[in-house]
Amino acid sequence: MSSETGKILTTDGIPLEESLKQAEKKNKIKAFLLVAPLLLFLIITYMIPIGDMFSRSIDDKMVTNMLPKTYKAMETWDGKELPPEEVFEAFYLDYKILVKNKTAGKLQTQLNYEKNGFKSVLKKLARKQKKFEEGNYKEQIMKVHKRWRNVEYWRAIKRRAPSYTYSKYLKGVDMYSNEDGKIVQVSEDRRIHRILWIRTVEVAFFVTLFCFLMAYPIAHLLATLPMKYSNLLMICVLLPFWTSLLVRTASWMILLQQQGIVNDFFVWTGLVADDNRPEMMYNKTGTYVAMTQILLPFMVLPLYSVMKTISPSLMRAGKSLGAAPAVAFFKVYFPLTIPGIGAGCLLVFILAIGYYITPALVGGASGTLISNQIAYHMKSTLDWSFASAMGLMLLTGVLVIYWIYNKLVGVDNIKLG
Amino acid sequence: MALPKYTEPHYRIWHYFYLLICGCVFFFLIAPLFVIFPLSFNAEEFLVFSDGMKRLDPDAFSLRWYKDMIYGTKNPWGLAARNSFIIAIFATLGSIILGTLAALGLSSRHMPYKGLIMAILISPMIVPLIISGVAIFFFMAKVGLAATHLGIILAHIILGTPFVVITVTATLSGFDHSITRAASSLGSSPYNTFMKITLPLILPGVISGGLFAFVTSFDEVVVVLFLAGLDNTTIPIQMWTGLREQLSPTILAVATCLIILSVLILLTAELLRRRSERLRGINR
Repeated sequence: MSSETGKILTTDGIPLEESLKQAEKKNKIKAFLLVAPLLLFLIITYMIPIGDMFSRSIDDKMVTNMLPKTYKAMETWDGKELPPEEVFEAFYLDYKILVKNKTAGKLQTQLNYEKNGFKSVLKKLARKQKKFEEGNYKEQIMKVHKRWRNVEYWRAIKRRAPSYTYSKYLKGVDMYSNEDGKIVQVSEDRRIHRILWIRTVEVAFFVTLFCFLMAYPIAHLLATLPMKYSNLLMICVLLPFWTSLLVRTASWMILLQQQGIVNDFFVWTGLVADDNRPEMMYNKTGTYVAMTQILLPFMVLPLYSVMKTISPSLMRAGKSLGAAPAVAFFKVYFPLTIPGIGAGCLLVFILAIGYYITPALVGGASGTLISNQIAYHMKSTLDWSFASAMGLMLLTGVLVIYWIYNKLVGVDNIKLG
Repeated sequence: MALPKYTEPHYRIWHYFYLLICGCVFFFLIAPLFVIFPLSFNAEEFLVFSDGMKRLDPDAFSLRWYKDMIYGTKNPWGLAARNSFIIAIFATLGSIILGTLAALGLSSRHMPYKGLIMAILISPMIVPLIISGVAIFFFMAKVGLAATHLGIILAHIILGTPFVVITVTATLSGFDHSITRAASSLGSSPYNTFMKITLPLILPGVISGGLFAFVTSFDEVVVVLFLAGLDNTTIPIQMWTGLREQLSPTILAVATCLIILSVLILLTAELLRRRSERLRGINR
């Protein structure tokens, strides 16, 4: 509106433009207030805790806080030769407090990570230092164990001085920073995590592939059959979808056990000998079979919803123009289903890559995935910072896939049933 | 799907082969569920079909595992079922209230940063459960809600709201906003408009989102494994423990009950979906 024509006023005498802006603003606030409770709830109980996982994963204050005097004394020490008397004295004083408070065990474990064999050295010191006399601690400590003369042990202590570390992330990919601060790989027989990452991606990839190969024909059938038949068949897809995950895993445990029905069937057909029944559970086979069946509905439903919208006359047109059925299918029908394929594959892949329950129950040792390792560190070793680091590495991977998914399909287009 | 008469023979063979593949996949999907039914009536303790069962001998079948589930000594299922229902019901209510409000806000065309906010609201569905479990556990431990019912209910609200947000947003996408404007212009208060006009129309979406939230909570193991103490064990936790330690027929009896429950939920969800489509005027 140009100023020459004069401003249109509302009945209240306010310019219309302003009045509309106010109404717009009011509506914005109204809409936002409706979303706010859930948004706040999720930010407090979910987003911030995930951020908290990050600070936990790089947190290394434990040792720093246990040896405050030592690290203060070590500030001037260059790490080339044995530290001076003040460091020994400070360490003696710090350690005495820890032993008195019965928290020395934690320090022993932590420093043992840094340098193998540190635990026994520290334990011996804990016993002997009660008889220490005042002054000349360097001599007294070195007398307890000859390893205290080895500068490597003091360097190990110094390496834990910073309160932040990225060592947990390195550990997650089987690397560590060695005595000289260089990042190197752990010895070959101890590279367990890399195997797990590769296996997780491999299982997720193949489960997605199997799901796609099985879901495509049945989604096509469901989309092309007349309603009264397809509704009935749809139940075959939806019933597993609504059934408890544990129930479905349990049924696979029954089917796949050595005396189970699948093996009975193989014996009956003569494929395997009765005394040579194959082990189909507690290995990768079990994980593949069970996960494919459990995740199959997540592939069928998006494919179905896309195929439902494709008009059958397109295929007829292709054929009437002279295309063979196979050509018509690959040139006309298949390209139209690509959005559904993208949605289904990414959904199944994201779900499979973070799967925990089924691999833990039917996977055995060779079929467990990275999630199982995270749960193991949360519940058994209580190395929560390592569990957090691995969780965040997994999360980063999933978010990258999610981002692709969002670009391809859009989050708003997720359909449920 | 009858083929026209002029179909060439090789195409005909291919078509029957395709139907055969589809049959196999449907069998693969649904058959595992039906193994559980007969075995839960097994008179013996083993999880294989006994010779008696194969001969359909009535003595080979019994209700002993169902009795064990209900009356068994030291049996954990009663407490677990009660906990599961309490947690699931409150989690569903919470998810419905928070999720519906958010969906109403999100479907308004005035909503700023729609994409970003939608991504945050849906994130619990995308983030792997194990990570959600770890994060929620850290939070609940910090505020002292670990191993309490309230803690688990809040955790399940987090996991359940995305479903409500998605289904209600989908229902609202076909919603004619001029109806609410008509109500307002006739003097109805916003609250009254919502209760009398909006809610009845979006109710199918709300309920089916609620069903998703209920099932999510009722079936959830990973997060509860981190959060639950001895007093708040749920059915999935009991099943998980049972499956890890020793697969007993009692678990199959429970599993059968769960399958029946899921059939009921499936039927409700289907009816609601059809009603909702009818209300929104989508005819197929």
